[in-house]
Amino acid sequence: MKPFLEMTGISKTFPGVKALDRVDLHLNAGEVHVLAGENGAGKSTLMKIMTGVLRADPGGEIRVDGETVVIKNPVHARALGISIIYQELAVVNNLTVSENVFLAREPLGPTGLINRKRMNADTRAVLAELGVEIDPEALVGTLSIGQRQLIEIARAISYKSKLIIMDEPTASLSHHESSTLLRMARKLTAQGVGIVFISHKLEEIFEIADRVTVLRDGRTVDTRPISDMTSDLLVRLMVDRELDQLFGHHRSHATDEVLLSVRNLTEKRAKDEGVFVRDIEFDLHRGEVLGFFGLVGAGRTEVMEMIFGSRPYSGEISINGTQVRIGSPSDAITQGIGFVTEDRQSRGLVLGMSVRENFSLTHLSDYCSLNFVNRSKETAACADYIRSLGIKTPSPEQKVLNLSGGNQQKVVLAKWAARRPQILIVDEPTRGIDIGAKAEVHALLGKMAEEGMSIIVVSSDLPEILAISDRVIVLKEGQISGELPRKDATQESVMLAATG
Amino acid sequence: MRVLQQLLQLRQMREFNVLIALVLMGVLISLFTPYFLTVSNLMGVSRAFSLTAIMSIGMVMVIITGGIDLSVGSAMGLAGLITALCFDAGFSQYVAVAAGLGVGLAFGLTNGLLITAIGLPPFIATLGTLSIGRGMMYMITHGVPLTPDTPESFSVLGQGYVGPVPVPVVILLVLTLVFTIVMTRTRFGRHVYATGGNENAASLSGVKVQRVKLAVYVLSSTISALAGVIAFSRYLSAEPASGFGSELEVIAAAAIGGASLAGGIGSVLGAVIGAALIGEIANGVVLLNINTYAQQAITGGVILIAVSLDVLRNRMGGRG
Repeated sequence: MKPFLEMTGISKTFPGVKALDRVDLHLNAGEVHVLAGENGAGKSTLMKIMTGVLRADPGGEIRVDGETVVIKNPVHARALGISIIYQELAVVNNLTVSENVFLAREPLGPTGLINRKRMNADTRAVLAELGVEIDPEALVGTLSIGQRQLIEIARAISYKSKLIIMDEPTASLSHHESSTLLRMARKLTAQGVGIVFISHKLEEIFEIADRVTVLRDGRTVDTRPISDMTSDLLVRLMVDRELDQLFGHHRSHATDEVLLSVRNLTEKRAKDEGVFVRDIEFDLHRGEVLGFFGLVGAGRTEVMEMIFGSRPYSGEISINGTQVRIGSPSDAITQGIGFVTEDRQSRGLVLGMSVRENFSLTHLSDYCSLNFVNRSKETAACADYIRSLGIKTPSPEQKVLNLSGGNQQKVVLAKWAARRPQILIVDEPTRGIDIGAKAEVHALLGKMAEEGMSIIVVSSDLPEILAISDRVIVLKEGQISGELPRKDATQESVMLAATG
Repeated sequence: MRVLQQLLQLRQMREFNVLIALVLMGVLISLFTPYFLTVSNLMGVSRAFSLTAIMSIGMVMVIITGGIDLSVGSAMGLAGLITALCFDAGFSQYVAVAAGLGVGLAFGLTNGLLITAIGLPPFIATLGTLSIGRGMMYMITHGVPLTPDTPESFSVLGQGYVGPVPVPVVILLVLTLVFTIVMTRTRFGRHVYATGGNENAASLSGVKVQRVKLAVYVLSSTISALAGVIAFSRYLSAEPASGFGSELEVIAAAAIGGASLAGGIGSVLGAVIGAALIGEIANGVVLLNINTYAQQAITGGVILIAVSLDVLRNRMGGRG
């Protein structure tokens, strides 16, 4: 097979970070090439360079069909025959299927109006080629997630793409939808289309791949045919890294006392969309740090949202042996649960408010008498936390908007630490913050556990989970697929439970 | 040095721009006419804008939560009309005033429940109640003003004075003080700002955002109803078109005063000063013998300039 796209010595530097370091990737026409690697390994940066969203540093070379090119922008990439299907679907729900397929390049009739008939006919032809039956005039919003994904593929085909990049296309699909999609991908390769397939699911990788390239820390670790690869080897290639010296030794403060007990926790909604979280059962002990690991879309955040009352559930939640009903976040807070959300900017902080105001929002009544806020008491408490957590801010009055990501995250932790919940859930506590701040956040979590707080840490950063957890629960496709005490939790064993 | 520092600190206040505009506009008008800067004229102007200003206090709280209340004019008009009807039916003035305020409460509860329980966008919910209120007023009055007999003591509300200061202006000052304290010093006020600043984060921090929203709509309508009762006391005639279109002036006052329609930003004091600026312009137009039809256009220009300056200042000050 001849290579369609050859990327040689591709580097990309962001301020302070080398995201890609002389990466080589050769993609043949008509093959499914799996790109594997942990979060942060450089997969998305590489895809962005392939599709012209980002420009690589000078020094590397990109050839398409043997000719050296500079991919200027996404439109140019498409003209070269390269399209991408993003994990977050880029379809407009209140337009029809054909309107989506031909968005921004609608066929026009002689009058300059849209030639609807031709648009529908062409869409029908593309869909038939894919072997799926979807009405071109159906509203996309009425289709399932899986069908919407197929619409995106139809769009890519209608561009006459020679290479389609699929970024975790099955992350939010049901098993049945996933197999339809994989079949579709195979069919396309038979027609000479190359596919770059990004996935964390081992099973799937071995089912679909012709070849695999593993990225780690911005470098190409290995490229080999799938026949020369085993799951153990693949996992080792992906996760192998030096343990960070920055982080102190782990000390467990877990007791035998069960604080939170979850039985039969299942989502209360229609099953057909996305991953459906069900039958979750676990206990959390006082002073314990319990890690929750799973791949994107495994349902980790959903579990936490149910416990925190922001997602409807059925099943039992007991705290201190008493069964409780949690219908809203404020119920959960009353029950002594705190939640450091995954997305600090959109869900954790009121960006336009000051550090002080964000800090006190969870426990304002502590500083109130007769509903009047005692501002000097509030400021003093906030200043204490600023000092003890080392939050870098000129004053408590600074708007959190102006703080760095790591310091924003510390403000979120401070606002919950000061509330002193019995149970603190932290979702992706160190995403997007630098290594120094990360170590500080870990130390803080350890200190809170030492003081008797029980902590649930949700993270897709496996070394992080392993470094701070007393016990690890692994989720896969909405169910618990493994529970490992600290001594048995290794990168390989956890990854295997999450993917195997 | 000290004075300079204090001045610089004053500049940090969001109300600073509109306050400066108010003063400059006063100086400008005074250059052309000696009648502006007299106690009697200033009191007259204050009384004239006091109703808009009172209503803007409720409005700005709604706007800070990220909502809007288009129905304030109808709440105001209907409250005045119901008060008049009570006098007409021979009830005491206390019952009449309470009934008027009760109308506001009912209006606010309706708006608030449509928005929180059903989930209508505030624009649509209050647009609907705006029309319903207006329609009810025409149905009740058949387009004819209602002028019942009222006791002397009732007219103090709209026509009386405390020293040289008209009673409506006194009410305005008291409300401004009370709600400034509510918004800056109480838990409720903090929750209003947090709800508008980031509803998601506020809710996940334990703020009962739906309850906060319900409360601001109830406050807005009730405050507007109070303005309606004062207006009736002033003219002793309930006009079918009373309060018609006033929502635009009230929203303008809040916006001139630095409130962001995206929510999270604004102040009671700013809205009141914004209303004062609009009233000052209206007065200047009359005193300077400018075509009164130009007044609306000038007000519009001031809104655009004031809000643009605010936006530009924030963009340049960016990290301040």
